[in-house]
Order: sequence, then structure tokens, then C-alpha cells
Amino acid sequence: MTPQVHYVLRLADTNLVLAQRLGEWVGHAPALEEDLGLANVALDLLGQARLLLAHAGRLEGEGRGEDELAYLREESEYFNLTLVEQPNGHFGDTVMRQFLFDAWQSGLYEALSRSQDATLAAIAAKGLKEAAYHLRYSGGWLVRLGDGTPESHARVERSLRELWPFTNELFDDDETDRAVVAAGIGVLPSALLPAWDVRVDETLARATLVRPAPVKFAWFGKQGRHSEHLGYLLAEMQSLHRAHPGAAW
Amino acid sequence: MSAQARVPSTPSPELLARLHGILAQVADPEIPVLSVLDLGVVRHLLFRSDGRLEVGIAPTYSGCPANAVIKADVLRALAGAGFDAVAADVLAPPWSSDWLSGEGRRKLEAFGIAPPAGRGPAACPRCRSERTTRISEFGSTPCKALYRCEACLEPFDYFKCI
Repeated sequence: MTPQVHYVLRLADTNLVLAQRLGEWVGHAPALEEDLGLANVALDLLGQARLLLAHAGRLEGEGRGEDELAYLREESEYFNLTLVEQPNGHFGDTVMRQFLFDAWQSGLYEALSRSQDATLAAIAAKGLKEAAYHLRYSGGWLVRLGDGTPESHARVERSLRELWPFTNELFDDDETDRAVVAAGIGVLPSALLPAWDVRVDETLARATLVRPAPVKFAWFGKQGRHSEHLGYLLAEMQSLHRAHPGAAW
Repeated sequence: MSAQARVPSTPSPELLARLHGILAQVADPEIPVLSVLDLGVVRHLLFRSDGRLEVGIAPTYSGCPANAVIKADVLRALAGAGFDAVAADVLAPPWSSDWLSGEGRRKLEAFGIAPPAGRGPAACPRCRSERTTRISEFGSTPCKALYRCEACLEPFDYFKCI
């Protein structure tokens, strides 16, 4: 697999897995408006994932389309960030995961919209508007929960502490990253950290939450080594396609 | 992109007017008062070297289910008028609410959906009051948010500004 295909799959898988997680909220969110909100964010991420998967399939040139890539890869062939496969938990956990992610994705898409890969640049430029809207939503909820009741504050404070170690991976550079940066295609993860810090610190302050101290913890989802949660998610997501190969609407 | 040389040609002004007439009848599946032209998703019309008519269509929101329906409806309408048409996805420049036509904005408002404007609706589409409150950042389709008018107390849809 070329670094470019690997890189695009990481972006696609990260979006796809998070869309699947958010989709689990449909019919279960605390209010109708949040049901709609989470479903709409999921839909945007899924749409971006489809464009990215189709692009990865074309780059790979082995005839795999978006469906083959989404439904017929095993856990170790998925390259999503470990953060997004973490279970939904309660609404505050989901809001926190989404906020940490949206703050990262906004910066990523902004930088990727200048990629030498014209398709990737176009997907990022389109996704940037959507990501900015998602960040407004998740950030708005984080402020309301953090600066809400003692109960909501305590709950999202715990969400922050639990999810924080997974954010290290967002800014971790590896060989694939360095190869796509050298080719002018990708963005160096560590280069996204300063802007993310500013976004996160500003919102955490408004949410009256304290940024956790740095934690030494490494995750390797983007290299295909996942937490225990991804297998279950894929089993559910892929079950229909595996039971009825080639099924179409 | 195929390596084969393509010599696309643009339709004549008369034919273009006819094509626009056909496309003006193709409604957005979720906001039926808008045509695909009002929505600003038709980016180009050209004849490919193989003689087929290519319609460039920009997706609205990346994951909006209406994208596939819009494409199918456009091709069906053109086929009905005798054109052998194919659709091409156009991602760049990305669609945004700025692509809505002026006519589209007027139709939206008359239909009861506030057109996109900066950070929120300029006025309630029913009573024109400027006192409105956001109920939800997301609505029944990816392109809409929910608002309420503080004067007439009616809830209304707002076409999100992105």
C-alpha cells in the first residue's frame, strides 16, 4: 500500500467509524434536537468518508470501491484514530469526543485544502465548512455542560480526563505522514497542534474546565492496532453486507 | 481523468436555453419549491467527445441523501426530453449557500423557510419580525436549522448559511 493510499484511508476510516458511532444515538439522544444534530453530523462525516474511500480505491487501482473498502476490511486493516472508536458513553462523553475531534478536523481540513492532491483538496475544502459547523455545535454543548450544573460539570470533567490520553495520537507523526508531507499531499499531524491547543483551551476555559496535564500514552489505531471497541463496531456495521454480499438499496 | 483527449463542446445558446428550461422543472427532492438551478448545483452542461451530454453537479452537503436523488432526477428529466446524458460530480469549488440564486432565496422565503444570512435569519418568514431565537442548529434536512419567532411565536426553518 502506498503512503498516499494509507493516508487517505486513515482520513476515510476516522470519519466512517465516528459516523457509525454517532449513528448509534439515533432514537436515543436526550432530546429530539440532539437526535437530529448528532445524526446530521454523522451524515456529513459519512458523506466525506464515502468520497475519501472512493478516492483511496481509485488511487489503489485494484478495483476496490467504497463498499468493498468499508464492508470487507478486517479490524487490523482499518486505520482510524483510536479516539473515534471509543464508545458513546453518556451524552457528555459524546460531546467531549466530538469537540476534541472537531477542533482537530477543522485545522486538518484547512491545511489539507491546499494539498497537491486536487481531489483531497476539494474534499477538504468542502468538509471544512461542515467541520466548522460541527465545532460550533459540539463546542456550544461543551460550554453548556461544563458551565452548567455541578452534576453536568463533574460528568464532562470525567469525560475530558478519560478521553484526553487518546488525543496524543492526533498529533503523532509517523513514516506515512512524513512521506505524504514530502509529496505535498498531506499535513504533518504535529503541525496541527498549536491551532488545536488554542481552540481547545479557549472553549475549555468558557466551559470552566481545566485542561488535563500531558499524559504519556500511545495509541496506534492509525497503524491498524486498535482498542477493544473497534471489532464490535465493525461486526455490527459489516454484518448486513457479509450476510448478503453485494447487497444494494 | 482519462488520458484520452476529450474535445468537449458547449451547447448552442438556443439549446442551452432549452436545457435550462428542462432543468428549471427539476425540483429539489426535499425543498420542492426550489429547482436544481435555484439551488445552484448545476455547474456545467457540455457535449463530450462521445456525443453524450455531461451535466456537472455539485453535491450540497457531503452526506445529503438528496444528492443521489437530484442526480437521478436530472438524468431522468433529460432522458425524457431525448438527451443521452451523464452526470459528473463537481467538488471544486465547493457548493455553499452562496450558490443559491436570488430567485431561489425569494422562493424559499415565500415557502416559509428563511434564506441564509450571516449568523442567522434576517427575519421571520411569516411576520417579518427580526426577533428570532434558535431552537436547534440542525433541522429536518442537513441544509436547515430550526428557529422560533418571538413575535408571532411560530417555529420556522432557516436555510443554514455555510
